[in-house]
Amino acid sequence: MRDAQKEMRRPLGLRLWLSGGWLFALAVGAILAPLIAPHNPLAQDLFAARLPPFWDAKAEPGFWLGTDSLGRDVLSRILYGSRLALFVALVAGTLTCAVGATLGMIAGYYRGWPDRIISRFVDIWMAFPPVLFAILLIAVLGTGIVSIIIAIVIIDWTRFARVIRAEALGQSAMDYVASAKIAGRTKFSTMLTEIFPNVLPSIIALLTLEMGISVIIEAILSFVNLSISTDSPTWGGMISEGRTSVHQAWWVLVFPLITLFLTVLSFSQLGEGLKDRFDPVLR
Amino acid sequence: MSSFLSIRNLNVKLAQGTPILRSVSLDVNAAQVHGLVGESGAGKSMIGKAVLGILPKALHITGGEIWLDGTDLLTLPPSERRKRIGAQAALIPQDPLTALNPSKRIGPQITRRLVDILGWSKADALDRALELLDEVHIPDPLRVMRNYPHELSGGMRQRILIASAFAAEPKLIIADEPTTALDATVQKQILRLIAQMQKRHGTALLFVTHDLGVVSKVCDSLSVLYAGKLVEQAQMRRFFMSPIHPYSAALLAATPTYADPTGSLTPVPQSVIDTVEQEVAQHDMRHQS
Repeated sequence: MRDAQKEMRRPLGLRLWLSGGWLFALAVGAILAPLIAPHNPLAQDLFAARLPPFWDAKAEPGFWLGTDSLGRDVLSRILYGSRLALFVALVAGTLTCAVGATLGMIAGYYRGWPDRIISRFVDIWMAFPPVLFAILLIAVLGTGIVSIIIAIVIIDWTRFARVIRAEALGQSAMDYVASAKIAGRTKFSTMLTEIFPNVLPSIIALLTLEMGISVIIEAILSFVNLSISTDSPTWGGMISEGRTSVHQAWWVLVFPLITLFLTVLSFSQLGEGLKDRFDPVLR
Repeated sequence: MSSFLSIRNLNVKLAQGTPILRSVSLDVNAAQVHGLVGESGAGKSMIGKAVLGILPKALHITGGEIWLDGTDLLTLPPSERRKRIGAQAALIPQDPLTALNPSKRIGPQITRRLVDILGWSKADALDRALELLDEVHIPDPLRVMRNYPHELSGGMRQRILIASAFAAEPKLIIADEPTTALDATVQKQILRLIAQMQKRHGTALLFVTHDLGVVSKVCDSLSVLYAGKLVEQAQMRRFFMSPIHPYSAALLAATPTYADPTGSLTPVPQSVIDTVEQEVAQHDMRHQS
């Protein structure tokens, strides 16, 4: 019976392979950017401005994805930009998850006044438009990578709190939680050993989704020039600059946009794929 | 005979004041099986939950005493109460599908109780768990310990829950409709198994059910509950020979029999329901504060 079940276990799946593959490649590119980027991402060359991508007849060798209006290499800038994007995704995503999921689990399992306080905060948070909230926060905190991360955590913890609260609420009604209570286990220990493993699949799915959202928030902040110092390359900054010259050099806008799109999509798909694999009932 | 569990005038109310249990008193003697029957919504399960301290948040005990092995649980501080309940009582739940944690293997779910309650080492607990699974007739217990709950059938899971309820040798087990979620053929096996285990371990058992047929097979005595109020308490034989209360008699008459499988079912007559409703109303009048 066990062997049969092992055979029935689904293979990794195209979704997981594609999303994981893209993110892995991007991570390698980000880490090795100083080694593999063909050019200095900040080096300007006005004589090589607005060079088209490699398939165009007017392309110059070495500038695979063309250059922007200041002659900076688009591919190198995307690679360097991915360092900030992925760093923010990992750190801000994880912190947001830790804060939100913990509060959500406490609210859903303990109920009573912790739930009332946390849920009221979530309600208040939901009333803020997130992008304006982010810009406001950065205006208060000042620009810089730490500010971006703090802003993302403050804006988005409610996403976890809401979902995980609902899940924990459902789990606490199960008889195995009552059994743990009868056996004299403390509430805290029950939460860790009975509730947490059962909300973990949702936490993982949300975590990767949140990483994608962090990338978007970082891009939005860079787009309005509120992320890090303006001269280091960011995807949002590239999109913002490419916007002004889209009729002469569309590639300056389009390539970072595609990268951003694929990255966010991969994060959410990775989450869905992992959730299935972490769920013992679906597994 | 001394009673191991003794409930005295237990009152449970909803937060808004609606009574759920109305001055319930009952005794479960050591090593005996006491049946608790009633329609759905009569509050049968709530008695068990009140004893085990797992009443839903909206319900409150507003009066009464719950004596477990000579101590009134309700006078103990919460942590002390938890410890006592854990050491002396266990639950066989109604729905084996939600009573096992779906994300943990069977083995740890049984051994955890032994480690928690008796302070055993993991290795000892593991040996004992194997023994127990064998005792409830689970084939290949070593393999089952490594399974996840969803890989096992409902009957298997209920056996595991029975094993785990008896694991820490509690003196009292509350079985909350343990066969309701199972199909008829499995029901019979599980019933026999619970009766067997109860005898072997000498445990007091409070058997909550809506099925008088089940009660007649396993119980020594029983209580009939209607709308949270006790209608009749009796020894098994006396009850089936000559129920005293008209509601009990009507319940007995309503039980379908194999003797006449095609006969139409007998409902509880309205006059009888009126009688019990009146008794319930009188009780509420007397207890209005």
